[in-house]
Amino acid sequence: MDGFPILSLMMAVPMAGAIACLFADANKARWIALIATLVDFVLGIALWMNFDQSGSGAQWQFQEYAPIFGRFAWALGIDGIALMLIALTVFLMPICIGASWNAINKRVGEYMAAFLFMEVLMIGVFTAQDLYLFYIMFEAGLIPMYLIIGIWGGTDRIYASYKFFLYTLLGSVLMLIAMMWMVHEAGTTEIPVLMAYNFPPHAQTWLFLAFFASFAVKMPMWPVHTWLPDAHVQAPTAGSVILAGVLLKMGGYGFIRFSLPMFPEASAQLAPLVWGLSMVAVVYTSLVALVQSDMKKLIAYSSVAHMAIVTVGLFAFNQAGIEGAMMVMLGHGLVAGALFLCVGVVYDRLHTREITRYGGLSINMPKYAVLFLFFTMASVGLPGTSNFVGEFLALMGIYQASSWVALVCTTGIILGAAYMLYLYRRICYGDQVNADAAAMPDLSGREMWLMAPIAAVVLWMGVYPESFLAPMRPDIRALEARLAPAAPAGDSAIKMGAPKPAGEANHEDVSAPSHSASGEAH
Amino acid sequence: MIDSASLLAVLPELILTLGGLALLLVSAFAGDASARVVNWLAVLTLIAAGAALSCSLAHGPDAFDGLVRADAFSVFAKALIYTAAAAAILLAPRFFSVDSAPRPEYPVLILFATVGMGMMVSAGDMLTLYVGLEMNSLASYVLASFMRQDERSSEAGLKYFVLGSLASGILLYGISLLYGFTGSTAFDGIAIALGDGVSKGELFGLVFVLAGLAFKISAVPFHMWTPDVYEGAPTPVTTFFASAPKVAAIGLTVRVAIEALGPAGLDWQQIVIFVALASIIFGAVAAIGQTNIKRLMAYSSINNVGFALIGLAAGTPAGVAGTMSYMAIYVVMTIGGFACILQMRDADGKPVETIASLAGLSQSRKGLAAALAIFMFSMAGIPPLFGFWAKFLVFDAAVASGLTALAAFGIAASVIGAFYYLKIIKTMYFDEPVIAYEVKGGPVENVILTACAVVIVLGYLLNPVLDQASAAAAASLF
Repeated sequence: MDGFPILSLMMAVPMAGAIACLFADANKARWIALIATLVDFVLGIALWMNFDQSGSGAQWQFQEYAPIFGRFAWALGIDGIALMLIALTVFLMPICIGASWNAINKRVGEYMAAFLFMEVLMIGVFTAQDLYLFYIMFEAGLIPMYLIIGIWGGTDRIYASYKFFLYTLLGSVLMLIAMMWMVHEAGTTEIPVLMAYNFPPHAQTWLFLAFFASFAVKMPMWPVHTWLPDAHVQAPTAGSVILAGVLLKMGGYGFIRFSLPMFPEASAQLAPLVWGLSMVAVVYTSLVALVQSDMKKLIAYSSVAHMAIVTVGLFAFNQAGIEGAMMVMLGHGLVAGALFLCVGVVYDRLHTREITRYGGLSINMPKYAVLFLFFTMASVGLPGTSNFVGEFLALMGIYQASSWVALVCTTGIILGAAYMLYLYRRICYGDQVNADAAAMPDLSGREMWLMAPIAAVVLWMGVYPESFLAPMRPDIRALEARLAPAAPAGDSAIKMGAPKPAGEANHEDVSAPSHSASGEAH
Repeated sequence: MIDSASLLAVLPELILTLGGLALLLVSAFAGDASARVVNWLAVLTLIAAGAALSCSLAHGPDAFDGLVRADAFSVFAKALIYTAAAAAILLAPRFFSVDSAPRPEYPVLILFATVGMGMMVSAGDMLTLYVGLEMNSLASYVLASFMRQDERSSEAGLKYFVLGSLASGILLYGISLLYGFTGSTAFDGIAIALGDGVSKGELFGLVFVLAGLAFKISAVPFHMWTPDVYEGAPTPVTTFFASAPKVAAIGLTVRVAIEALGPAGLDWQQIVIFVALASIIFGAVAAIGQTNIKRLMAYSSINNVGFALIGLAAGTPAGVAGTMSYMAIYVVMTIGGFACILQMRDADGKPVETIASLAGLSQSRKGLAAALAIFMFSMAGIPPLFGFWAKFLVFDAAVASGLTALAAFGIAASVIGAFYYLKIIKTMYFDEPVIAYEVKGGPVENVILTACAVVIVLGYLLNPVLDQASAAAAASLF
């Protein structure tokens, strides 16, 4: 696939679909959107298949370069980290379209166009190799999301759309000023070059803070997370899926791509700030989630808590932590998306998100109860599901940097189990107190088809995470090497024991089969 | 001394003047019936003047012994001015034909105003500057009160006249002070005199000149006339005011600041920084409460002038190039935006001006709503629309010249501005329809609207051209 502009094609397909949707009637628009996203999904698979994950080749693959914009260029290219996030995007998009199939019935053409445009921009964010191109893609996402929340959202949609827009805009504009300064300092807009450029340490602090303002809002980190619950609650189901699934990951991607490699000294210097905010977020938002009466709000707060695990993993400055952060991002993208779909399923039937209006759904909706339970467990981080791998690695990583942070953040797992299981009990178990909820039909075929693939991937990611870790490993290793000179010393003082040669252990086993128990005790 | 080279340098102005006079005669003899023909002939005159711009560069920049400059800067500004003026002429007939027959004086007045604006941007001497400014202003006063029967229009004209005269007086006083203390009215003469340190008297002159110019570009704190005049004037005239004279006044300010007052850069930089930030913040905050779309656009123009001035505050070639690119993009957004506003007509074809009447426009007039949304997002500076690039260029120049704090404040204040642009989009897209609009717009309006929208969406492809042109324009001042 040398020289074939597959990344541009992956952006052109949904763009063409978006334009076509604007002029099509409702039903045609649905099919155009579905086909466009499925084509993109196939292209995404082709991209992964052709991606060289051995780490021996170039870090940046599928590069394209066209200097058509004067001061900046149409420069694309991906590494393993971007590949995984693109894969997540193209996987979730057809599901979003499917989730909106019947739920959206006014102004369908514009809705589908907004979603497809969103897909173009998300792929653009993850592929951009030019600083300004990245910024344009990053910011432009506000427009379709503003419209999606504002037009097709719930009753308080206008407040939520304004809050979403202005909050994230204010976060990002300072980043733009920092970018301009960096480009003047380094004399290039190319991200790979900037990633290796050593900015003066005193400037790094300011630059880091400017980028942090943007990514922390996007992520979102406590205390700038308040836009998220509002946006989630008011957005239509598919909007929530894409918001939780991909848009939040732009913040984490920003940390990996910009903050850490470009400002390593400042990252190390300000890591305690990030840790502190993350610790508060894990505990505080988990407790807030515990008392929510609105399902979507509960999952929104749980997203903030999960994203805090991502930030501690990233600022652990070691491979385990960063790999874990990436896995949490991927896993959370799938699981939170699936949970929002679960909420959407019952919302479509009863048109309320109040937890108390449901109950005992496992009796009349057994298939739904099984899938919901599965995703609940995945969200809790049950071994065998995607989130376990990520959370374990991330916490292991941060333990090496700061055992106190690890201690506090691990409570998030316990609290996570509390609020998720409590939610599940109130919805699916207990008596069928509400007659209308008890009369709801089980999952339709369409809904099964939306959730089953996610469940399969969650399981795959939990059982054999190597498929997802392998493409990212060389890039994360490179990042770790870049961070190594600045990385803060850990407080855990881990001592690695000398590994015994395999043959010796066998020899012991053979020589003393009857004393194997006492042998282990040595 | 008048020689052929000098005449060639002012060929565009000659064409416009002669064309304007000829059309005035035509309209005087043929009466209102000739309005249509005069309209198109006026546009042709503008096109001819635009074509003549390339000849005007032929013999070096100075003409009439330095009274007039024909350089890349003036060509850039004039190209914008002529385009905006042509759009203002083309958009007008439909509006004026609602109450009565369109009158041919309108295009003629615009032509005369354009001559004045041409002189403003190519002035090389304070007196050329003043004559050009007054020529433009006189025509503008008449245009503001063009609808004689309409009380608001007459009021706008009167207000504009009274306040405009005051500003002209301030400017003239500043010019006289500068002349008295430097001994010259020529830009280069003033620059030489300022080169050996700025005396108190010169400083006073500088402040008065800038105050007078700030009035013309409607920058805070000399903006008070703008909302009233924009609201009261007929909408095509408002379109014109918001576009062409803005470019001319900004161009003039840039030229005076760099060419004449360049050596006093540190003195005027503080003033420009203050005026820029004040305009950005005041324009944004005051716009939030507006209910009339024309008034809102007035505050929006104040806000935009603030951003454009950030480029000037940088005081570098890149900054000047940024300011001129800003004006180019601003003109496209403004004309597109007003082409949408002109289409705000109820079912009987009567113009409507309240923002609330836009409610639900996205359901009744999809295309119009999409176009207006594009212009509003663009004005708010949201990428990928071209309005973002305009802001980018001026802020980039400010950062490059070390004004990082100014850039950070300015861009943070732009978020306030985003709020009221979003309000219009919210009204169009999120609210339910209240009144029925006319089913479709006129063909000319639609063509202009579409052209502007295409530029705003695909503008980045024009970047290489725009960069080159604005850099050449800026280089000719330094």
